[in-house]
Amino acid sequence: MTEHAASPAAIEPAAPEAKPRWLTWIEKPVVTIGDLFIFVAQSLAAIPRPPYRFSIFLSQLEFMAYGSLFVVGLTGLFTGMVMAMQLTSAFGLFNAQSLVGATLEIALARELAPIFTCIVVVARVGSAIATELGTMRVTEQIDALETMAVDPLNYLVVPRVLAAAVAAPILTMLFNAIAIAGAYGIDVYVQDISPAAFLNRMQTMVYPHDLLNGLGKSMVIGFFVTCIACFRGYKAEGGARGVGIATTEAVVSGLIAIFAIDYIYTAISLNTASGGGMGGM
Amino acid sequence: MIDVRDLWKSFNGFGVLKGINLQMAPGTTTVVLGGSGSGKTVLMKHIMGLFKPDKGEVIVDGENVSVMSRQELAIFRQRMGMVFQNAALFDSMTVGDNVAFPLREHTKMSEDEIGAKVKEKLAVVDLFDVEQKFPAELSGGMRKRVGLARAIIRDPKIVLYDEPTTGLDPLTTESVDQMIIGARKKLGVTSVVISHDIGSAFHIADHIAMLHHGVIVEQGTPAQLRNSKEPHTQEFLATWFARQ
Ligand SMILES: Nc1ncnc2c1ncn2[C@@H]1O[C@H](COP(=O)(O)OP(=O)(O)OP(=O)(O)O)[C@@H](O)[C@H]1O
Ligand SMILES: [Mg+2]
Repeated sequence: MTEHAASPAAIEPAAPEAKPRWLTWIEKPVVTIGDLFIFVAQSLAAIPRPPYRFSIFLSQLEFMAYGSLFVVGLTGLFTGMVMAMQLTSAFGLFNAQSLVGATLEIALARELAPIFTCIVVVARVGSAIATELGTMRVTEQIDALETMAVDPLNYLVVPRVLAAAVAAPILTMLFNAIAIAGAYGIDVYVQDISPAAFLNRMQTMVYPHDLLNGLGKSMVIGFFVTCIACFRGYKAEGGARGVGIATTEAVVSGLIAIFAIDYIYTAISLNTASGGGMGGM
Repeated sequence: MIDVRDLWKSFNGFGVLKGINLQMAPGTTTVVLGGSGSGKTVLMKHIMGLFKPDKGEVIVDGENVSVMSRQELAIFRQRMGMVFQNAALFDSMTVGDNVAFPLREHTKMSEDEIGAKVKEKLAVVDLFDVEQKFPAELSGGMRKRVGLARAIIRDPKIVLYDEPTTGLDPLTTESVDQMIIGARKKLGVTSVVISHDIGSAFHIADHIAMLHHGVIVEQGTPAQLRNSKEPHTQEFLATWFARQ
């Protein structure tokens, strides 16, 4: 009797020692990231597997690309106008206004356009995907797909991640174009810089390489943040509350992923690119 | 033949199934009775291969479902049908598209043939002219019947029904019961039915299993269970037969 009563008490203080507290803290994120990578690997493996869901892909592409035109366009317009004002006033300090157009376009092409576009994609598309898949999970629609011998990865995840990988670069191009048009408008019509000064250096300083780098970046990020959103929705559990958590986490971890992938992508592309648009700077 | 052997399953350390042994002969209807939370749905999802057991195995027609690969499961499930407790209809699709889904995925039937087949199966569950509606526009009982129609659209040889008649009115319940009996008699379908409706259970069953806290406490023919001495079974059946 006494032994029995004593043994749980003896075990309790020992338990944290067996598993240090820091381990319990990092356990969940590590397990989640591991699960995420398994999920991404399974999704990648599902891409070449028939049947190919072309019509679902197209309707997703319409939702992601066409549906985001307005918000991406507006974001781009304001970003371009703000950056033009900031750069013009800063460069004006040492009479280098003629560099504004080129500098801004390099920044837009390589960083601002892909990153801001992907932020919009996470907010608009990532949340929608996590909610939709999460609801399908908790209402057993994903189980139902499986019982009807349809692979949910193939049916739900693959069309979405591929559509995002296509939509993100398209939206990035749009962002780029509208932002530079907005910047041109501010500099030429508000700040009284001549169109020639705004455009001239762009031709010599901005390379197709810069644009492609940004498009590639947005493609990689678009793919991964959509994978994350699918993953969160796919693993949702516990009714409406679980779906809410999945959506929040899809957006939060999507945002973190944007900047983390941006860093990795930039580090790799600057290391491997010899010269290039940024080489001289 | 469905053969469940010493099936154990727990979620987060909480034991749900604790050594289930159950055989379901081909062409028979087995009803699983049991209180809420006793593990009936979990058992059924193991038969479908949606859950992997902690221990034990599920053998269907000589194949071990519990160790099947993704491709093997896909082939296996082509001859299965499952009715979910909450219908689990695709809410982004119309009723017609829901019911037609397995046909569009796995057969090369023309749209006309599919439309006719969908109409036929919806009629079996007393639904007419609902193809264009969305699941959200239907009542709970109607959704359930759409789920039934979707599960039987490809005339599967084994059908699992998770509470097919809960929430249906007595007349529709009767027609669902007749459908299950008819499928067995005419097509030799093996049915596993989870039910809370003891009246209809005794009506359709060849074999009844009583599940209590993750264990099959008793099984046998309806007549055997009717005269059971097992306390849980007695208690469960008394609620219904006492009122007759
Ligand atoms: N995916 C899951 N994760 C965790 N626990 C689960 C899961 N599915 C079922 N359970 C637990 O398993 C137990 C049995 O659940 P199950 O759904 O099989 O009950 P049931 O017999 O079908 O009840 P009901 O008649 O109410 O449908 C419950 O305690 C439930 O909490
Ligand atoms: Mg249940």
